[in-house]
Amino acid sequence: MKFGVVQFPGSCDEADALAACARVGDAELLWHGDHDLKGCDAIVVPGGFSYGDYLRVGSIARFSPVMGEVAAFAREGGPVLGICNGFQVLCEAGLLPGALLPNQSLRFVCRQVGVEVADANTAFTRACAPGEELSIPVKHNTGRFYSPDPVRVVFRYTQGVNPNGSQEDIAGVANEAGNVVGLMPHPEHAVDLLHASTDGLKLFASAAQVPAGA
Amino acid sequence: MRARVLVRPKAGILDPQGIAVERALPALGFAGIGNVHVGRMIELDVEDESQLDSLCQKLLANPLIEDYEITSVEE
Repeated sequence: MKFGVVQFPGSCDEADALAACARVGDAELLWHGDHDLKGCDAIVVPGGFSYGDYLRVGSIARFSPVMGEVAAFAREGGPVLGICNGFQVLCEAGLLPGALLPNQSLRFVCRQVGVEVADANTAFTRACAPGEELSIPVKHNTGRFYSPDPVRVVFRYTQGVNPNGSQEDIAGVANEAGNVVGLMPHPEHAVDLLHASTDGLKLFASAAQVPAGA
Repeated sequence: MRARVLVRPKAGILDPQGIAVERALPALGFAGIGNVHVGRMIELDVEDESQLDSLCQKLLANPLIEDYEITSVEE
């Protein structure tokens, strides 16, 4: 099982994402300018500030050459996870429904939050129990999810912790098939005993189909 | 053609930037101000005007959350 982690100019969480993936499988960095997924079995689009967040978060990264390959991979059912800015990129690319808007508070939020698994049947939540509560940090400025249409909700902030004014406390969503998942919280920052929690490991273990304790 | 594209949040979608500006104005002594919205303006030279709508939909605006308006700039 090999994970590919996409790096755009302005990405900043690719190293943690690689380290998280490497706990459950092999992991390789994919450069945004390449047309090659290097035979990876799952793709992670990590967090950061791709292209300086210019114009609209995620709006320019989706035109990177590698995103064409990621879109084709996703259409064939390949597992793709977008984290934070990666979530924004996948929404802009039309691989996930909805859009991310500036936080209601207009403040950058950076804190540990409770996240409930609303759907344990996706490629990245199979190792979770339905309704399970995970402790994962958020750190973002533009995390208020919005969609005019119903979506497949995968993660919700637990009661009272919604950090950005997101519609229906939505923290993460999937495409209809459940192979593409995006979320604002950062599971790659919750995989080690030195972190506040290791709950984030479950997302990577789900894709690798190994036990979460691995 | 020199085109000007105005992009603004769709009506009905919470615009916290607009609210922040609206709340700041009374503190500066400006009264009677309401319904403030913050968007952005993009100007560009374009040879083929028929491309404008498509490039707005694909990049300059996100039609899910934003409305846009294309006007011509007098040189």
